[in-house]
Amino acid sequence: MYFLTETAQINSGDTAWMILCTALVLLMTPGLAFFYAGMVRSKHALAMIMQSFVTIAIVSVTWVTVGYSLAFDTDAGGGLIGGLHMVGLAHAETAVPGLHLTFPPLAFVTFQMMFAVLTAALLSGASADRMRFGAFVTFIAIWSIVVYAPLAHWVWSPDGWLNKAGLLDFAGGTVVEICSGASALALALVIGPRRGWPKEMMAPHNLPLTLLGAGLLWFGWIGFNAGSALSAGYLAASAALVTHLSGVGGMIGWLVLEKRLTGKATTLGAASGAVAGLVAITPAAGFLSPLPALLLGATAGVVSLFAIRLKFRFRYDDSLDVVAVHYVGGFIGTLFVGLFAAAAVNPAVRHQGLLLGGGFTQIARQGLGVLTATTFAFTLTYVIAWVLRATIGLRVEPDAEIEGLDSSQHAEGAYEFTATSSLGRTS
Amino acid sequence: MKLITAIVKPFKMSDVRDALRDIDVVGLTVSDAQGYGRQRGHTEVYRGAEYQIDFVPKIRMEVLTEDNDAARVIESIVSAARTGKIGDGKVWVQDVEEVVRVRTGERGPAAI
Repeated sequence: MYFLTETAQINSGDTAWMILCTALVLLMTPGLAFFYAGMVRSKHALAMIMQSFVTIAIVSVTWVTVGYSLAFDTDAGGGLIGGLHMVGLAHAETAVPGLHLTFPPLAFVTFQMMFAVLTAALLSGASADRMRFGAFVTFIAIWSIVVYAPLAHWVWSPDGWLNKAGLLDFAGGTVVEICSGASALALALVIGPRRGWPKEMMAPHNLPLTLLGAGLLWFGWIGFNAGSALSAGYLAASAALVTHLSGVGGMIGWLVLEKRLTGKATTLGAASGAVAGLVAITPAAGFLSPLPALLLGATAGVVSLFAIRLKFRFRYDDSLDVVAVHYVGGFIGTLFVGLFAAAAVNPAVRHQGLLLGGGFTQIARQGLGVLTATTFAFTLTYVIAWVLRATIGLRVEPDAEIEGLDSSQHAEGAYEFTATSSLGRTS
Repeated sequence: MKLITAIVKPFKMSDVRDALRDIDVVGLTVSDAQGYGRQRGHTEVYRGAEYQIDFVPKIRMEVLTEDNDAARVIESIVSAARTGKIGDGKVWVQDVEEVVRVRTGERGPAAI
């Protein structure tokens, strides 16, 4: 994020831009719902969509009650956690501590709320097709307070210790991508693999839905990254361009490699590659010039394609590849800032990237961010998931998993195409 | 009366239908089917892992005929469905005890 230092004065252009970007980022969560739903088997499609939708509701509530305060209130000690003065959004309308914004603070609260929502919803891809609905709701509520809010404080609050240590994370390479990816790995390990995995193929049931979701994510990502400029100016324009280019690079990188490896360029590969590129540019969108962004996207596409094979080697069922796409993309993007950060793009860059002659200072700071975000998110998520497994239980019964979560968790079906499916009658 | 069942490659369905129309077969039932014969299945790659797909998509076509027409219908289906490559399918014939036309109640060959 780029922090304005001038005296705060409300600018109507910035205000309109931030509210628009809030709506764009909101749209990413339904987009993610469709991206994921197309990849699961048809009997789990509604449940997959439902987990994203309910995350909008749950995390919005945890955010306005305590999450925002823990993330952005004045530091409570050591740059580790925000205070509790802003619980229930008390005093939130007057200022964001330490930030001098040119738009109303409540627009910041709402913009950041959508980030908290999306990051939590990403986790549903790791536990797809086997998590109880009630357990998911409980898990995600706790997770958004215990894992997301503190990490957001470390990185984005002016008081946060990683922020003070010089980590540059424009729109969430650590807070969103590494955080969700490392947490996804922990959740996948604790909940265990889907029945039949990895023996059964479990092919995607509706790729058009996945591509529609990828398109909505791409659209919303412009708001996610360019909105993180927190102003409607040069930096936002630059962030929008490099965000798009990295998505493009990701798609090209993935497809070229996939064609070489398997002989076919797939639509799922196009969607996954674009998302990998968009993930990777997230921390870097405010610091890179266009060509390094294209290179970053292509790198992320290629490495993520290799990374999806890791789950077979190490036997963790990260069902929809949250680790391979989000963790790996966030990892590469965060480090790329240390290679290509340019002061010409953003005056907030004090140490240019290694490849621009800035030496090792910035990349070392980025590495510290990657390491701590990974350790923190993985460990705490593992503990939360483990405790929930031991108390309320995480998984559905085997019969319910075979029957499908749509029917067993929600008493509905995504597709009722046959004449016999409408045979119900009142007695 | 005979029931002739043919399992054919999906892209051969319209060729078989046209061939049957040419010999004045007036009724045909078609359904999607999946299975394997001597060809077994095939392999597909998904997310970097290779999977054996046992069941291959096919079309099942069913025709009711009088006893005398059966040989001609079979011949017609086989020649229309053949590509000469593995997986062309199968045709088999069963005796049918009774046929009833629902609308009129006609029975036997008159109902075909």
